[in-house]
Amino acid sequence: MNAALFDWQFAWQILPELLRASLYTIGITLVAFAIALVFGLLLAILRRSRLQWVSWPVASVIEFIRSTPLLIQLYFLYYVMPEYGLILSALTAGTCGLALHYSCYVAEVYRAGLDGVPRGQWEAAKALSLGPWHAYRNIVLPQAVRPIVPALGNYLIAMFKDTPVLSAITVVELMLQAKNIGSQTFRYIEPITMAGLFFLIISVSVALLVRKLETHLRMP
Amino acid sequence: MTELLPLLLQGALVTIQITALAASLAVALAFLAALAKVSAWSTLRWAANLYIEIFRGTSLLVQLFWLYFVLPLPPFNMTLTPYTVAVIGLGLNIGAYGAEVMRGAFAAVPRGQIEAAIALNMPPLHRFFRIVLPQALVNAIPPGTNLLIELLKGTSLVSLITLADLTFRANQLVQATFRSGEIFFATLVLYFILAQSINLSMRLLERRLRRGLTHGSM
Amino acid sequence: MTALMVRFRGVTKRYGPLTVLDHLDLDVARNEKVAIIGPSGSGKSTLLRVLMMLEDIDEGVIEVDGAPITHMPRDGTLVRASESWKRQGRSKIGMVFQSFNLFPHMTALQNTAEAPVSALGLSRREANERAAELLDMVGLADKRDHYPSQLSGGQQQRVAIARALAMRPQVMLFDEVTSALDPELCGEVLSVIRRLGEEHSLTMLMVTHQMGFAREFADRVCFFSEGKIAEQGTPQQLFGAPQNERTQMFLRAVMDAV
Repeated sequence: MNAALFDWQFAWQILPELLRASLYTIGITLVAFAIALVFGLLLAILRRSRLQWVSWPVASVIEFIRSTPLLIQLYFLYYVMPEYGLILSALTAGTCGLALHYSCYVAEVYRAGLDGVPRGQWEAAKALSLGPWHAYRNIVLPQAVRPIVPALGNYLIAMFKDTPVLSAITVVELMLQAKNIGSQTFRYIEPITMAGLFFLIISVSVALLVRKLETHLRMP
Repeated sequence: MTELLPLLLQGALVTIQITALAASLAVALAFLAALAKVSAWSTLRWAANLYIEIFRGTSLLVQLFWLYFVLPLPPFNMTLTPYTVAVIGLGLNIGAYGAEVMRGAFAAVPRGQIEAAIALNMPPLHRFFRIVLPQALVNAIPPGTNLLIELLKGTSLVSLITLADLTFRANQLVQATFRSGEIFFATLVLYFILAQSINLSMRLLERRLRRGLTHGSM
Repeated sequence: MTALMVRFRGVTKRYGPLTVLDHLDLDVARNEKVAIIGPSGSGKSTLLRVLMMLEDIDEGVIEVDGAPITHMPRDGTLVRASESWKRQGRSKIGMVFQSFNLFPHMTALQNTAEAPVSALGLSRREANERAAELLDMVGLADKRDHYPSQLSGGQQQRVAIARALAMRPQVMLFDEVTSALDPELCGEVLSVIRRLGEEHSLTMLMVTHQMGFAREFADRVCFFSEGKIAEQGTPQQLFGAPQNERTQMFLRAVMDAV
């Protein structure tokens, strides 16, 4: 049994498999994040509604989802929903679960951004007789979004690092792929360490990109 | 449901234990790492930064799996119980995030406080323990509470390394009874209750520590 | 017992390209009350801060009670003071800050008693007794168990004075201690300072904008400009007949604003 610390040849061998899995993982993350960005905005707007019977339930749901583990939420989507007629594939359940969980975080970020837009802007939009849709799209949102880009970027990275949880509902993302290689070949150190490194490299790169985006977007 | 509750609560107890132990480890590591980052020795600074970047940049589950699957093999040959892996893995992970919280908390103590203490000729250790640390701890509570809740949610992952926490018990019960909806919902509610308890106790702690720091009772 | 309590000799302090104290010389006699006035941002506070050794000087020496504090003698020459030497020097000086800097998590009594316990080794009981006396002296006996956030600015500053006095300093430094106060609260602080000067033997250095107070309380007024004492004299001399052109400009601007 090869007792060397790290079998480089083996590492090279499994690299393509792991790369494929990481691309798959990145794909899942991007799709889930796109959904979270949209759904999160919807949640944030609903939460700000002046109608109590809208804002209160929405706020409660957001708080509930944020305070409970992603893993259980995934189990719910994958194992419980079929009983009510909604059968989702592991991939769909995983992506939706991830998206739903993070849209609640994102909703809070949007809330901070929207709260940060001076009251005068809303009033000016109203005075100019802009419909609510226009007011949001052209006046309020651009100002709300700019300062929260770093926070959104951080959640993108966090979501990416949460994808291994999907392995629990049989989604073969990077972590599960590495684990499978390990259980087949009895060599765990290379696949798991490499998976860890992939996560590290991608998180750090995205973090740098977010910082660049932040400076680029800084208001003149 | 009531006959399933005892087993779930057993799991919840394990969850609470792990959260408490990992939290203690995390606080200690966060403190040490924050200190090391500002130390005069570059090796310490370098080591602290490495620790923080690695544990913040990689996934919690990957870290747990690494500790669980890789450590028992040569050349490490260290077989840790799932319980130990859980506490150490979670502690290391949250500790890395905690270091930044600590750093911010210390930086938020006004410079004037330190100058007043110097002017009063207080010995440096007294200055640190009596003046700076109490104020830094209060600063650390709001972001620290969020991290603590993240820790609580993170404990659910230890079910995947066979530790009998709340999530593990929930899964057990579902496999035995197929009443997945009830059980998972109850599990969510239990986690929610735990999370809100953390929120509440932290807020009480903050209020107690802050007597005097807030806009007072005038 | 030397007659001179504080001596600045050729003291220079730079922040990067900016020279804030420029070969400053200043002698302060025992029990003398010196007011330091001058344009904002000219470095008056720095003068007090380097005396308290909150920052190091680049050139020159500061002496207190006949002995150097920023430097110490070694092998017949003077070298930069060690921490313990500095602490010895600091024990003779007390300082009150513009922003009070009271410890927010401690009551007025605890604030005042803290340093005597940790720096002078007094027992908690002794320190509390001393603190209670001092708080009584500044007129805050009934506010002993209040936290800073429950006190007005003027009250906080008076606690700060009591806190500094608890260390029994020989020199008291006041760094614009009324500048952060609402006008109606200045009086209570200034009257405490006045009583301090009249009833105790203390050497006092005050950086202040309170021209009226300086005029009637100080023994000597120094006009600080461009890193040096540009002019000094008794209040009558400096306010009445300033010789230096910059002093005249400054006084005119200040009086116009009143």
